[in-house]
Amino acid sequence: MTGSKSGGKNASGQYIIGKKYPHDSAKQHVSGRAIYIDDIREMRGCLHVAPGYGAETCGDIITMDLSAVIASKGVVCVLTAKDIPGVNDCSPVMGDDPIFAENTINFHGQVMFAVVAKTRDEARRAAKYAKIEIKPRVPMITAADGRAKDASVFPHYSFTSGKADAAIENAALNLSEDMVMGGQEHFYLEGQIAMAIPKDEGEMLVCSSTQHPSEVQHLVAKMLKINDAAVVCECRRMGGAFGGKESQAAQWAAIAALAAHVTGRPAKMRLDRDDDMMLTGKRHDFDCQWSVGFDQKGVIAGVKVNYDSRCGVSADLSLGVNDRSMFHTDNAYFYPEYDIGSHRVKTNTVSNTAFRGFGGPQGVLFAERMMQGIAIKTGRDALDVRSDNYYRDDKQTTPYGMEITDNIIADIMGQLEQSSDYRARRIAVDGFNKKNKYLKKGLALTPVKFGISFTLKHLNQAGALVHVYSDGSVQINHGGTEMGQGLYLKVAQIVAEEFGIDLAQVKITATVTDKVPNATPTAASCGSDLNGKAAQAAVVKIKGRMALLAAKMQNVDVKDVVFRDNIVVAGGREIKFADLAKLAFLERVSLSATGFYATPNITWNRDLKTGQPFLYFAYGASCSEVIIDTLTGEMKVLRVDILHDVGKSINPAIDKGQIEGGFTQGMGWLTTEELVYDDEGRLATHAPSTYKIPTAFDMPEDFRVNIYRSLGNQADVIHKSKAVGEPPVMLGISVFCAIFDAVASCKAGAIPKLNAPATPEAILKAIKSL
Amino acid sequence: MASDRIEFIRNGKVEILEGVKPTDTLLDYLRLKEANYGTKEGCNEGDCGACSVVLGREVDGEMHYRAVNSCIYFVGMLDGQELISVEDLSAKGEALHPVQAAMVKHHASQCGFCTPGFVMALFALYHGEDKPSRDGVAEQLAGNLCRCTGYRPIVDAAVEVCDDRMVDKFDERMQETAKLIANMPKQDLFIGNGKRFFAAPKSIISLAKLYQRHPEATIVAGGTDVGLWVTKRLMDLPKVIYIGNVSGLDHILEDDLCLNLGAAVTYSDAEIQIGNIDSDIADTLRRIGSKQVRASGTVGGNIANGSPIGDMPPILLALGASIILQKGNEERMLALGSFFIDYGKQNIEQGEFLKEIQIPKLKQNEYFRCYKISKRFDQDISAVMAAFQFTIIDGVIKSCRLAFGGMAATPKRAFATEHALKDMTLDEFAEGQVEEMLDQDFSPLSDMRASAEYRMLVSKNLLTKALTEISDEIDNIGVTSTRVVGNRAANWTGSSRL
Repeated sequence: MTGSKSGGKNASGQYIIGKKYPHDSAKQHVSGRAIYIDDIREMRGCLHVAPGYGAETCGDIITMDLSAVIASKGVVCVLTAKDIPGVNDCSPVMGDDPIFAENTINFHGQVMFAVVAKTRDEARRAAKYAKIEIKPRVPMITAADGRAKDASVFPHYSFTSGKADAAIENAALNLSEDMVMGGQEHFYLEGQIAMAIPKDEGEMLVCSSTQHPSEVQHLVAKMLKINDAAVVCECRRMGGAFGGKESQAAQWAAIAALAAHVTGRPAKMRLDRDDDMMLTGKRHDFDCQWSVGFDQKGVIAGVKVNYDSRCGVSADLSLGVNDRSMFHTDNAYFYPEYDIGSHRVKTNTVSNTAFRGFGGPQGVLFAERMMQGIAIKTGRDALDVRSDNYYRDDKQTTPYGMEITDNIIADIMGQLEQSSDYRARRIAVDGFNKKNKYLKKGLALTPVKFGISFTLKHLNQAGALVHVYSDGSVQINHGGTEMGQGLYLKVAQIVAEEFGIDLAQVKITATVTDKVPNATPTAASCGSDLNGKAAQAAVVKIKGRMALLAAKMQNVDVKDVVFRDNIVVAGGREIKFADLAKLAFLERVSLSATGFYATPNITWNRDLKTGQPFLYFAYGASCSEVIIDTLTGEMKVLRVDILHDVGKSINPAIDKGQIEGGFTQGMGWLTTEELVYDDEGRLATHAPSTYKIPTAFDMPEDFRVNIYRSLGNQADVIHKSKAVGEPPVMLGISVFCAIFDAVASCKAGAIPKLNAPATPEAILKAIKSL
Repeated sequence: MASDRIEFIRNGKVEILEGVKPTDTLLDYLRLKEANYGTKEGCNEGDCGACSVVLGREVDGEMHYRAVNSCIYFVGMLDGQELISVEDLSAKGEALHPVQAAMVKHHASQCGFCTPGFVMALFALYHGEDKPSRDGVAEQLAGNLCRCTGYRPIVDAAVEVCDDRMVDKFDERMQETAKLIANMPKQDLFIGNGKRFFAAPKSIISLAKLYQRHPEATIVAGGTDVGLWVTKRLMDLPKVIYIGNVSGLDHILEDDLCLNLGAAVTYSDAEIQIGNIDSDIADTLRRIGSKQVRASGTVGGNIANGSPIGDMPPILLALGASIILQKGNEERMLALGSFFIDYGKQNIEQGEFLKEIQIPKLKQNEYFRCYKISKRFDQDISAVMAAFQFTIIDGVIKSCRLAFGGMAATPKRAFATEHALKDMTLDEFAEGQVEEMLDQDFSPLSDMRASAEYRMLVSKNLLTKALTEISDEIDNIGVTSTRVVGNRAANWTGSSRL
């Protein structure tokens, strides 16, 4: 740990929790000394692997002539499905993602073989020499193509009260609308990579940039037909992941391991950026249609919405992703009657996957876009329509039957309405729009409510391993992975706080499957909730043993032993923590312990659609003001105000980073980031030259981000904090709604057809639609 | 006798490299040869900035620093410069460089993978001439992508550290470094043999001779385009002639009427002079590629590669620019418009190279506008690039040049529309539908950047916008708000933020 004297207590009597420590790797990051997989010193004889695939989208493989590949300079061997001793699969659950295609390919970029060569350059060049003949089939590219053929990766699923149609029909006003929500490329800066090192007796060490080392371990073992126990997967840090390395890291790890297995030499596989973007899954894009009935004030009587979700070629994580879209279709609003349906459409495109928010953003975008429509139809300010529809009073039951008990929507929105000066700015925006012919401004203030927990119950568990050494230093390991979100630091803070020692005394170590087994993916924003509690549990065990020793020595009750400021106080006597550790060793007391945590109160039953899928909700609000050019569709974000709920923050600097970064990523999804497929279903935007994530200039000119003053999470979560990884993505939806507002200002009373992302082209098209 | 090895400075010492291959990249040199893993590969095409390193050039006894993308920078081009990578800023055990310390203080790294690139971009900014504003920082960072932070803390760190600049070790040894470089050999560089080589001639005569002997060689100016042929298309380029060190291609000469640029002048070098022609051009220049790309990329390369989507050619066409081509000792001058023949086909003979670009400045009664339309403001290739120049006297359009990028297989003028506008009054334009004439000039394609419909519509709207703006300017009646960014956006916010 870097520079961190514990300093003074906070209001809750804590020394380490709630302080703005810099990221534990910050100094390594800025000096180029943080080691990512590709920076690990290669062992002598390390080989390099590149993927091979064809030009077609889908069809039967007639011939695959690899003789020129094998003959190419530097090539050691070429791998195909035939080389796999075990199971040719790298899917998370369903067994439907072959590592190498056999007989048929089902999307463009599906890997058919891999080249193993002495250098990466030689492997990449050789892969181009394959002669592949495919008998093509007509691909299903869009969700509509898939729907037309009734193709799906999972059956249709719905939440329905049974009376939505009637409620909509009988309402004073109603609307039927639709929109397209584009997908999103993760664009983690560190691309997919794994290095496999063969060990004794067929064992395999796999260094993988993965959010889910246990799954990589399991899939490699299954592929090599060896026990899980013979495979170790390690990940010190990822250069970004955002969900894109939850299931998508496995294929490359498996191929690297296969290369190592076949050759007996270390083997590394790092995808080129273009391959990475073509060959790995993205955020699901949705075709969304809805009807809504409401009264003159816009209070909703009933909602009926359908999502056609492009899942791609296989199941991957699409069950959970699309369920989460449904769980967030309400966002912050009470729907008396509802019919929420989700088609999980199969297409001949790369299998879409987890992406920060995991389907939630699409659900929330629907809700907020619907509110904008209702506001126009009723002639009211969209904020007033929203406010009249919040979960409130006795209206706290979600469409999936869970009661909301921690509702702060009205409070957080009200506070931001004040601090952002929303009402005055609304008047100013309207005034500007009256005066200006070509430029129009838009304003929107939108809420976020996001459910925290994996909706798949068994994933809500974590393990940790804590060692105290006889010099008093502490080593912490847990199943969570570090992708920049500061999880390692937060868990180290929790451990230091619990032991009453300086943060610098806590050594963070790489996530590795031989220290903590059977870990679940670091995902669903739960990393610190789960691993923090598990680590705390381990510390409590060791502390208990040390306290017992101290109590015995001083002849006091164990309850009276206090750990603080690097000392242990027992019966008025102080002993240095390090000295007590040494003493414990001499007295043969164990200074190592595992900790385990399983989230309580998760009772969701998907089949019965009953129970509680979430432990609690995280909330946020954001207000965006934009300006658009009605001649070109260009847009600039002028000001953004954010108020976000993190409960009691474990580290406000880390949390603020998550809020700002999440917002920016959400804004990018809905503005500049456009995935374009050609008529054959090949991704045309497969590099940063054509796929545009936000740059520093896209940051709002005026950006005011604050953390909501919270009394703390009312659920029993580590130090009353709340998850913060995913919810801020949906703060970016206020930018989309502000653009919508600006477009709508071009013609009073008309509802624009604006699709996401709101590129200049989409904006100009929406203006033309009025 | 030409030199067969390159020399450069690193950590205050002269490094010598022999056997440099024609298209070895600087990134591979650092990571694979030197095992310096601080510099990262993010995209391998010069679009993310993770591989940014800083290069120093000696100018009058001082070092001038600029960030470049090492992934598409050929090692041979390093000759005669100082190389600084992230590891060099603070040796292990040394205190962090102020730029690094500011990044830590402001919590400006999360996953950390883009961070070394940002650090190097900020290091170049730190050694720049002026204290940057927040906008200046955003400009410096346009070529560095971060997916975690949302940039705010990085910009904060940059503004703070550049506001109170301390002397660093690079300042301290600057004179010494400059002297080492000044003493380096000045002869032509030729590494390899007649079949495979990297060559860097130092004079026009050497270049002309070499290219006549090897007319099939690839000429590289900044490498921001050619680099991708190597890293992405995996093309084998056996013969590379780098023209960045040719004396006689590096001049910027101007008088009241004309600006003449040598073919190897980079965008960064000529940014001010070109931008002075019109504020719209300054806006566009600031948005071409990124700081890293403009530090290497040249105006000449933007012309010579014949790309239909380069931003500068339409501007030059609208301004009525000419070029000079040379082969052996023969020169010829050509209106730029007749250089672009068709997609991938230019009016250039084998063995002929671009020598100079001549850009006429605006005269009285000439009005210029240009617009870069792209999905993202910074570092994005245009869907449409439109540049217009009108000669207007007494409210009558006497003549005009309307040039577009992204609308055809080459940068192209809209002759039918130009003809229709001739002798038309501004009032007649405002009341008519002349912009619809563009349908006769263009039938653009749909691609990942924009649909054909959008390209057509926005082109027409831009013509309307330009003449609306110019009409207001001539009438001096207060200007209609027509811009969301750039210098001419100033009238609605009072800010010139781009």
